[in-house]
Amino acid sequence: MYNAFFSLLKRDLRLAFRHKSEILNPLFFFVIVVTLFPLGISPDKVILAQIGPGIIWVAALLASMLSLDSLFRSDFEDGTLELMLLSEYPLSVLILAKIVVHWLITGFPIIIFSPLLGTVMFLSNDAIVTLIYTLLLGTPILSLIGAIGMALVVALKRGGMLLSLLVLPLYIPVLIFSSNAVGSSMAGLSISGQLYFLGAFLIFCLTLAPIATSAALRVSLE
Amino acid sequence: MMKAIMKFIYQFASPKHFYRISGKLIPWFGWIAALLIIVGSIDGLFFAPVDYQQGDSYRIIFIHVPAAWMSMFIYMVMASAGAIGLIWKIKLADVVASSSAPIGAAFTFLALVTGSIWGKPMWGAWWVWDARLTSELILLFLYLGFMALESAIEDPRAASRACAILAIVGVINIPIIHYSVEWWNTLHQGATITKLDKPSIHISMLIPLLLMALGFKLYYASVVLIRARNKVLYAEQNNGWVKEIVKQS
Amino acid sequence: MAELFQMGKYGAYVWSSYGIALVVMGYVAIKPLFDKKAIFKELTMKYRREEKS
Repeated sequence: MYNAFFSLLKRDLRLAFRHKSEILNPLFFFVIVVTLFPLGISPDKVILAQIGPGIIWVAALLASMLSLDSLFRSDFEDGTLELMLLSEYPLSVLILAKIVVHWLITGFPIIIFSPLLGTVMFLSNDAIVTLIYTLLLGTPILSLIGAIGMALVVALKRGGMLLSLLVLPLYIPVLIFSSNAVGSSMAGLSISGQLYFLGAFLIFCLTLAPIATSAALRVSLE
Repeated sequence: MMKAIMKFIYQFASPKHFYRISGKLIPWFGWIAALLIIVGSIDGLFFAPVDYQQGDSYRIIFIHVPAAWMSMFIYMVMASAGAIGLIWKIKLADVVASSSAPIGAAFTFLALVTGSIWGKPMWGAWWVWDARLTSELILLFLYLGFMALESAIEDPRAASRACAILAIVGVINIPIIHYSVEWWNTLHQGATITKLDKPSIHISMLIPLLLMALGFKLYYASVVLIRARNKVLYAEQNNGWVKEIVKQS
Repeated sequence: MAELFQMGKYGAYVWSSYGIALVVMGYVAIKPLFDKKAIFKELTMKYRREEKS
């Protein structure tokens, strides 16, 4: 079973690197969206520092959500997904492998670029460190919850907008606690509560999301 | 004894018996609901005492609070019915879930609108990002997502199964979302306690509230049965008992 | 009587709330009744067509 997990992981990574745009597009989107806000609101240092954490997090949310297509779409179209459903390995394990790859190609680059964007939005050094913590805990949650939504709409022709309606409400707790944590660390307050919540939510989703996703895939592919 | 119980459950799960039994229940639920709502409204509008802080504007709570309660209650019913349909493959459970969604969405919308209208004289603004209203807004999105997913999937059985999964995921997340939004809100509230919470409510205000709450529940029961009957009739149109019923009308 | 209607100075707010509630709940309750008529009509026509063929 571990072999299946790792070989699927390696295969998906190899495929992702063959289409570099799958990795770069969400990243560009993330950076561009963050840059739009100073242009649309104000370049003032104080204002940007205040709204910065929220903006960076909303941009990360949207970038993660828009890249969910890469999770199941191509495997669905060529029939590989159906084979995975029929295989002897537990579907949840295979799904987890795909989610890990999704995180590696979307969440991970976002985390790498976040210090740059944090500086641009005049976040303090403490805040940037907190930002990285929250992204580290939060982006896997986004991939996990997003997988459920993607599994529900993968068989639909125009599931894109519907996916956002399904998934974004569920992202809200992550957004609230993450951006608040960054804001708190700028004010010098404690962030442990927020991080504990994110950690607990991550473990919660890690255990339950693959199960929900496999149930949803079975419904979509019947 | 067991046989009698199984027979009772079978009758409910069978579309034909459901149609018959619900037909008898609807007038009872409906008229009692109407009575309770009328009495509750009159009591709340004219007989409940004036609130010393808010004057007469507080009377909106007799709509706002029961509507908010219903929005949550109906989502629970929706998710439970969806789970029953998913696990035990009882088609009627799927029908109940699907019939409940628009009613729940309507109550959520009502809670939002009345909350907003109440907010204007209270806080001077048409919208406030307070914990309850924001949670209701997110709940509305959850309902709309359910309804959108249902209409997007063509095969009705697959649609009800997908929606059941969505509703179950939603129901698990509702407490988490509630808690997050409340936490987020208390940080920005400062010292103001939201008046939408009822600290200790006087009995003369409690009675109309409870009357409305019960009335709304029976209203939901009757409307969901009407909607479910329609769906059942349409879904079973090729069965003999449906032809009988249609011919008789 | 007019004083009751005014509700202090909050008449517009209170009455519009109750009014919207009436409209929304009324529509949600009545629409399925119209749907039922439509279903019966459609099914009668369908059965008639089936009987002929």
